[in-house]
Amino acid sequence: MASLAQGIAARVGAAARLSTAALLILSLFLIASVSRAAAAMNIQTITSPGGIEAWLVEEHSVPLISLKYAFDGGSSQDPEGKEGVANFITAMMDEGAGDLRSAEYQERMEDIAMRMSYDDSKDSLYGSFETLTANRDKAVELLKLSVQKPRFDADAVERIRQQLLANLVYADKDPEKVAMREWYAQAFAGHPYARPSNGTMETVSKISRDDLVAYHKRTFARDNLKVVAVGDITAEDLGKLIDDVFGGLPAKADLFPVVKTQPLTGGSQQVIDMAVPQSVAVFGLGAMPRKDPDFMAAFVVNHILGGGGFSAKLMEEVREKRGLAYSVYTYIQPYRHASILVGSVATKNASMAESLDIIRKELKKIAENGPTPADLEAAKSYLTGSYALRFDTNSKIASQLLGLMQEGFGPDYVENRNKLIEAVTLEDAKRVAARLLKPDDLIVTIVGKPAGMKSAAPAALQPAAVAGPGARLMR
Amino acid sequence: MRLATCFRFRLLTILAFLMLALNPQANAADSRTRASEFKLANGMDVVVIPDHRSPVVTHMVWYKVGAADEPPGASGIAHFLEHLMFKSTDKIPVGEFSKIVGRLGGQDNAFTGHDATAYFQRVAKDRLGKMMEMEADRMVNLRLDEKEVLTERDVILEERRSRIENNPSAVLDEQMNAALYRNHPYGIPVIGWYHEMQTLSRQDAMTFYKRYYAPNNAILVVSGDVTDDEVRKLAEETYGKIPANPDVPAVRKRPGEPPQNVARRLILKDPRAGNFSLSRYYAVPSYVTAKPGEAEALDLLMKIAGSGSTSRIYKKLVVELKLASSAGGDYSGYGLDGGTLSFYAVAADGVPLEKVEAALDDVLADIVKNGVSEAELSRAKRSYLADYIYDSDNQATLARRYGWNLAVGRTVSDVESWPENISKVTVEDLKKVAAQYFDARDSVTGYLIPDQTGVAQAEDVAAPSPAGEVR
Repeated sequence: MASLAQGIAARVGAAARLSTAALLILSLFLIASVSRAAAAMNIQTITSPGGIEAWLVEEHSVPLISLKYAFDGGSSQDPEGKEGVANFITAMMDEGAGDLRSAEYQERMEDIAMRMSYDDSKDSLYGSFETLTANRDKAVELLKLSVQKPRFDADAVERIRQQLLANLVYADKDPEKVAMREWYAQAFAGHPYARPSNGTMETVSKISRDDLVAYHKRTFARDNLKVVAVGDITAEDLGKLIDDVFGGLPAKADLFPVVKTQPLTGGSQQVIDMAVPQSVAVFGLGAMPRKDPDFMAAFVVNHILGGGGFSAKLMEEVREKRGLAYSVYTYIQPYRHASILVGSVATKNASMAESLDIIRKELKKIAENGPTPADLEAAKSYLTGSYALRFDTNSKIASQLLGLMQEGFGPDYVENRNKLIEAVTLEDAKRVAARLLKPDDLIVTIVGKPAGMKSAAPAALQPAAVAGPGARLMR
Repeated sequence: MRLATCFRFRLLTILAFLMLALNPQANAADSRTRASEFKLANGMDVVVIPDHRSPVVTHMVWYKVGAADEPPGASGIAHFLEHLMFKSTDKIPVGEFSKIVGRLGGQDNAFTGHDATAYFQRVAKDRLGKMMEMEADRMVNLRLDEKEVLTERDVILEERRSRIENNPSAVLDEQMNAALYRNHPYGIPVIGWYHEMQTLSRQDAMTFYKRYYAPNNAILVVSGDVTDDEVRKLAEETYGKIPANPDVPAVRKRPGEPPQNVARRLILKDPRAGNFSLSRYYAVPSYVTAKPGEAEALDLLMKIAGSGSTSRIYKKLVVELKLASSAGGDYSGYGLDGGTLSFYAVAADGVPLEKVEAALDDVLADIVKNGVSEAELSRAKRSYLADYIYDSDNQATLARRYGWNLAVGRTVSDVESWPENISKVTVEDLKKVAAQYFDARDSVTGYLIPDQTGVAQAEDVAAPSPAGEVR
C-alpha cells in the first residue's frame, strides 16, 4: 500500500533520498495567492516565550502536526571551493545527533514514525518535520537534537560523501541536469548563483567535517529562521515546542553578504556535446523581483507563455501543433538576489533548432503584442480559481505559508492574493510582457547533439549593470 | 507497477507528487471506514472519500484496462489513447479539454499503467458536476482526426526518448522486465516498443477505445469536500446516462507465465552510465494473486530488507562493508497478475559488481535462514500504520489508492482492512515468504556498466546465477 506512489516516482540507480531538492524549488515559485479555502483558514501569528515568531494554522481533525522551517542561507552560503556544503548538510541531519549515532537516531525516528527531511535551494535550507500527535514529545526531542547537536561523525560523513559523489556522476550524464547547471553557470557568471548547488566531484571530495560544523554554526540561527506549523497543536504548545527545538541556537546567523544581480544580458547559446538521442535545452533571462510592482503581471504573462500546461502558448505551438516535444515549459523563479524566467524543452536532436525558433517567435510575439484578452482572462481565471488547490493538505498549507513568510509577506497576503491577480489589466500584461520577454537576451544551454547548432557568445558578453565589481561572494 | 506508469505531462506529474502530504479524516491507527461505495445502474462503480477540510475535490475515472491488455503488435496503444482522450468530442473542440478545466481553476492529467488507465481533475467543489459532464462525454464521444493522431504520435515518441532512450537505467529496467516476463505482457513497456509505437494508428486507438471505455468498465472515485448523496446525484445525471457496453470483456485474461526456472542475467554497457550499478527483480505474487496475508508479509519483508537507512541491505552493503554507495529494495504489489520485488545497489568506487551482488545475496540468505527480529517487524509495522495515517492528509493520495485497488478488482474493504492485516503478520510469515520468494529461478539480475569504449550494447547472458543458493 505504502509503496504505490513511491513505486511510480522513484527508482533504480540514483539514490532517491538525495534527489528531491530540485523539485522543491519548482514548487516554491508557485507560492502566491487567495480563495475561499484560504480565506476560511485562520492563520495565527505567534511569538514564542523565547521570542521566535511563527505562523500557525490549527487543524485538530487529524492527529498530525506538520512543521516547516527555513534558514536563510542555502547553497549561496557555501564557501568558495567548498561548493555543495549546504547540500551535504541536508543529507547529514538524520545521521546522528546528541549521544545518538546515526543508526540509533534513525531507528528511533522510525520507531515513532517521525518524518524529517531537509532540502536546500540557492537562498535557504529547508526543514520539514511531521509527527503523529501521540508521539509528539519524543519526536520533538529528536528534532531538537538534530537541529542543535548534529554529530557529523566521520564514518557517516564518508558514507554520505560517497552517495553525493555517486549522484554527481549520474548528474553529469543526465542531459537535463547538465543543461540546468550550465545555464546557471552561464547566466550568473561571477556570482554565487553560478556555482553548482550540489558541488562538483572536486569540491565534494574536499568537504570536511569542519566545513559542515562551520556551516551549521553560521547558518542555523534564530534571526534567519522562519517557522510555520499546521495541524493538531495549540498556539501555546507550539510556542514551547519552537523554543525547545530552536531556542538553543545562536541569536544571529553569520552570513556572507550576497549582492543583488541579474542574469547576463545580450543573449548566448551554448551547446554541450552529449551522445543522447534527444537534446535538452534550458533557456531563460532576467525577470522582475518578487516585490516588484510588476511581478504579478509577469507571473500571469509567464502562465500564458509557458507556465500554464496545455493552456500555454509554448505547449500549443511546440507540442500540440507540431508534436516536437513531450515537455516544454517556463516558470518564474524569484530568488532573493535575482529573479529569472527560465524554461526547458526536450526534443530529438534533429528538431532542436526548429523548437527553439518557435519558442523565440512566441516570446517575441507576446512581447510585441501582449496576450489576447481571452488569454489573459483564461490565465486569471485559472490562477485565482486554483489557489485553493494549494491549501488542501496540512503540509501544503505549511509550505505555502513558509514561502510567503520568507518573501516578507504577512498572513493577509493569502486573503489578498486573488485580488492582485484580478488587478492585472491587459495594459499591464502588455507592458510587462515587453519589459520581460526580450528574445535577444535569451541565454540558451543545449545538451545533446542538436543538428546544425553551435555555441555562440553574444557580441559583448558583459555582466549586467547591477552585477558589477564586488558581485563575487564575499568571505 | 514500477516505472510502469506514464503520465500525459511531466511537470504536472511532478507537482502532483509534491502534493503528497497531509489531509484530515483519519484517526490514529484505527481502520474505520473512510470511503463508501455504490454502483450505478449501468454497472459503473463509485467510491466516495469525504474530506471536508477544504472546499476542493479530486475527481478520477479509472478504466479497468491498461498496457497489458493491448493487442499483440500494438504496444503503447493504451497510453497513446490516454493522450488522444484530450483531443475532442462533439461538445469539446480540439485541445480544449484541459483549457476548460484550467479556466475553471482546475488541474487535470491522466496516467496509464499495465492494469489501469486513469483521468483526473482537481477542482473547487462547485465545479465537480461540470467535470463529470466532460469526463462522461469523452467516455463515449471521442473524435479523432487523422492528422492530430499523427502529431500526437510524435509526442509519445518524444516522451519515450525522454523517459527511456535518454537514460541507460531506464533502458536496462525495460530489458529486465522483458526478461522477467517471457510470456505475460508485463514484459512489454507501458509506453510501448519504439518500432510498434511508430505504426500506431487512429484505427488502433478507436478500436481499443470502443472495446474498453464504457461505464461498466470504469470506476468513479471522488475524494474531498463531498457527500455520497451529492456524488450519486451528479453521477446519475452524467455517467448514469451512458448505457453499459455488453461487449466489454467480462474477464481480464492475459497470457500466463510458464514456470520460472532459470535465473536470467543482463548486462548493459553504456558510455552514458554514471556508476557501476546492479538491479535484481523477482516475479512474485501481488495483493490480487497472493494467498491471504502473503502480500502484506512481502511488504513488511521488503521494508525491513530494503527500505531506507535502517534496512538490512543498507546497513550491510553501505554502512558495514562499504561495498555500495547506496542500496535498497522494495515490493510493488499492485499488479492484477503479479508483483515484483526489486533490489538495487550502486557500487562503491572500484568495487566489482560481483562482490556487491554476493553481499546482497548474503543478506537475503541470512533473512531466509534466520528470519527477522520481533523488534524489526514491529518497527516496520508501526511505520506502515503511521504512513496510513499520514496519507489520510491528502485527498489525491487517497483517491489514487482506492482507484488503483478497485481497478485491479480489490474492494474498499480490502483497502481499509490493510492496517489490520499488516498488524497480524508474524516473523514466521516473513521467514516463509522470504524462503519462498527470494528464489533465484524467479529472478533477473541486471548490471549497468559504464563503457568507455564507445557504442552502447546490450548483452543477454543466460548463465547460472551466483545467487543460486539463495532460495
